[in-house]
Amino acid sequence: MDKLLVSPSPHIHSKVSTKSLMRDVVFALVPAAVVSVVFYGLGELLVLGVSILSCLLLEYLITRFLLNKDCTLGDWSAVVTGLLLALNLPSATPWWVVFVGAVVAIGVAKMTFGGLGQNVFNPALVGRVFLLVSFPTYMTDWRIPTGLFGADAASGATPLGVIKKGLLEGGQLSDLTAQYEWKDLLFANLGGSAGEISSIALLIGFGYLLLRKVVRPHITLSIWATVAVVSLIFSLAAPDKFTGPAFNLLTGGLILGSCFMATDYVTSPMSIKGGIIFGIGIGFITMMIRYFGSYPEGMSFAILIMNATVPLLNNWFHQKKYGRA
Amino acid sequence: MGGVHPADNKISRDCKIEVLPIPETVYIHLGQHIGAPAKPVVAVGDKVKAGQLIAEPGGFVSAAIHSSVSGTVKSIAPRKDLAGNPQMCVEIAVEGDEWLEGIDTTDTVIREFPDDPAVCLDKIKAAGVVGLGGATFPTAVKLTPPPGKKCEMLIINGCECEPYLTSDFRTLLEKGEQVVIGAAIIKSILKVDKATIAIEDNKPEAIDHIQKVLAELRKVSPKYDGISVMSLMKKYPEGGEKQLIDAVMHRQVASGGLPIDVGAVVQNVATALAVYDAVQKNKPIVDNSVTVTGECFPRQANLLVRVGTPLKFIIDYLGGVPQDTAKIISGGPMMGRAIANLEAATLKGTSALLFLTKAQTARGKESNCIRCGKCAEACPMGLEPFLLNRLSRAGGMLDQLEANAVQDCIECGCCLYSCPANIPLLDVIRQSKGQVLGIIKARAAAKK
Ligand code: SF4
Ligand code: SF4
Repeated sequence: MDKLLVSPSPHIHSKVSTKSLMRDVVFALVPAAVVSVVFYGLGELLVLGVSILSCLLLEYLITRFLLNKDCTLGDWSAVVTGLLLALNLPSATPWWVVFVGAVVAIGVAKMTFGGLGQNVFNPALVGRVFLLVSFPTYMTDWRIPTGLFGADAASGATPLGVIKKGLLEGGQLSDLTAQYEWKDLLFANLGGSAGEISSIALLIGFGYLLLRKVVRPHITLSIWATVAVVSLIFSLAAPDKFTGPAFNLLTGGLILGSCFMATDYVTSPMSIKGGIIFGIGIGFITMMIRYFGSYPEGMSFAILIMNATVPLLNNWFHQKKYGRA
Repeated sequence: MGGVHPADNKISRDCKIEVLPIPETVYIHLGQHIGAPAKPVVAVGDKVKAGQLIAEPGGFVSAAIHSSVSGTVKSIAPRKDLAGNPQMCVEIAVEGDEWLEGIDTTDTVIREFPDDPAVCLDKIKAAGVVGLGGATFPTAVKLTPPPGKKCEMLIINGCECEPYLTSDFRTLLEKGEQVVIGAAIIKSILKVDKATIAIEDNKPEAIDHIQKVLAELRKVSPKYDGISVMSLMKKYPEGGEKQLIDAVMHRQVASGGLPIDVGAVVQNVATALAVYDAVQKNKPIVDNSVTVTGECFPRQANLLVRVGTPLKFIIDYLGGVPQDTAKIISGGPMMGRAIANLEAATLKGTSALLFLTKAQTARGKESNCIRCGKCAEACPMGLEPFLLNRLSRAGGMLDQLEANAVQDCIECGCCLYSCPANIPLLDVIRQSKGQVLGIIKARAAAKK
């Protein structure tokens, strides 16, 4: 014993740290990453590798040389951004496009606001949407999964893309949806971004996060409920025009977005009430874009739009205080 | 609402309460309670006996203090307390162990108590009983509700929700009957029909034992009717006064209000025992049980310690301070106070000495708030610590802080415990709370 330490209470800590939370998110995304590599092959591995490494490199360079701050690589948040970005991109995305996405995600969406905790918009989504707008051809070059060593995969649009296009060309919705089977939607057998293809793998990861109390379920559940209700109403009203709940819940990155992007601490509301409104907003906007917008899926835009409302939601909704109305 | 679940670590739970030998010298502080310090009634050179009054209450909210040993008063002078601040102290050199006449020091349990509440209350007052659950508020004052306020439920707090602490648990097991009799006495003073002994469900032995004791006592006298045992879910800080009232009665004390406003009076297990001693045995508070514990500490123990025993004496008795100790805490790890001075002596309210290593107590480096909301989720008062932290650090936002109820903080530490970014939330909040309370007080004074 040297000298007794004297500092104020509490004298112990939960040992949960930013690092341990972010690492848990990475672990939770591993099943989806593995599934996507298995289905899409080495191209997907390249996208994942480039995305994660560029996010780490950029975070390092910016904190070290531009901001002269302590290096924040150790908190694992750059890995989370890299993973989420990669899982939102087609497996055939050229490496330099991935890199541009990382520059936007880390350099613009995260660091210009002051780094982790200060950003208003989800970095990975900003990166993705930037690429979607700037490089639409690459960003819609979806491939049909052919397995880890399957040679060049054939291009194949996402289910929502096929349906949107089909409907615009005057096709029948029932014919268009008939080609998709339930189990395909659940177990990764469709054209789509890596993270969209296996709902099961993503849900397992999300279950892990809930179990470890990393996230609470209220945002995700309110998104699902809203999407289900809105699509049910529309599909009942006009079954030949609008797709139904099951289809909408399982396609277009809804699981990835609702479980892993809308629940991002930094860019979602602090209170439960705020979170529920946030989730309803995301679900509703997603469905409006899907039904009436020009993009086949709307999750990314919906989350970004609702990100912007978070400061307001935080102002309006507070948790109930003990002994106060 | 809120709360956290730190590891229990009650490693001393199976250690029977053992009587610590009497040291050569005791140092008895005159300010051991909330309120005015006591006024000494002895002079240097006086011979005193154990249990003899040495200082009388210094005001309405104050408590009498008794010698815990027999011997000679050596000095009445300031001496450093465990934080290192000088406080008035009576130093007594121990000679033998002679007790004041009229004090019953046997173990015989006396089950019949006086019918007149006023007699009991006077004895409690004379014995210098204070709340031993942490606040050390004079018990006689608390048992005299202000006019117009009626108590509907007496709650005996046996939660001991802080990790490591086991002295209340041992007391329930070993002196459960005395605790229940003490509870019945308090119940009769308050003239309430209902009393409940609230115990967390991680202490099933205690719950069982008290249930048996109650069944026996009910056969003896109708005075023990209306007392029950309640098992509560283990959670920190379930034993916080406001949290306990909510858990037991489903009522919340309004901000700035008192438990009696919602019809509740809360007393701790050790206090109930002290009430028993005072009324049934004429014995003032001269000793109390102290848990001495920690993974790094060689011997876990629950000790019966005379008030005013130097900490060093207790620690040496058990084998000395281990090499890898970084912090010694008086009380539990969540709300206890770090000890700066081992020469300091125990107080009536000293419940534990906890030894922590550097690895156990180190705080990580502070980083950006990631807005995870874990602090708000953990706050048992429903506050938003991240917001209070931000407002405090911005400076000049006292009105905003008051609007966001910083003054309601009970300093439980759940927020800081939970924060993954290691933000010293409570350190910051404590300061703002002090400032805001100052403003509220000044405003109340101006109104008068
Ligand atoms: S210390 Fe205060 S602010 Fe922090 S959790 Fe406890 S009551 Fe809430
Ligand atoms: S727990 Fe810490 S990091 Fe999380 S919101 Fe509260 S202050 Fe911010």
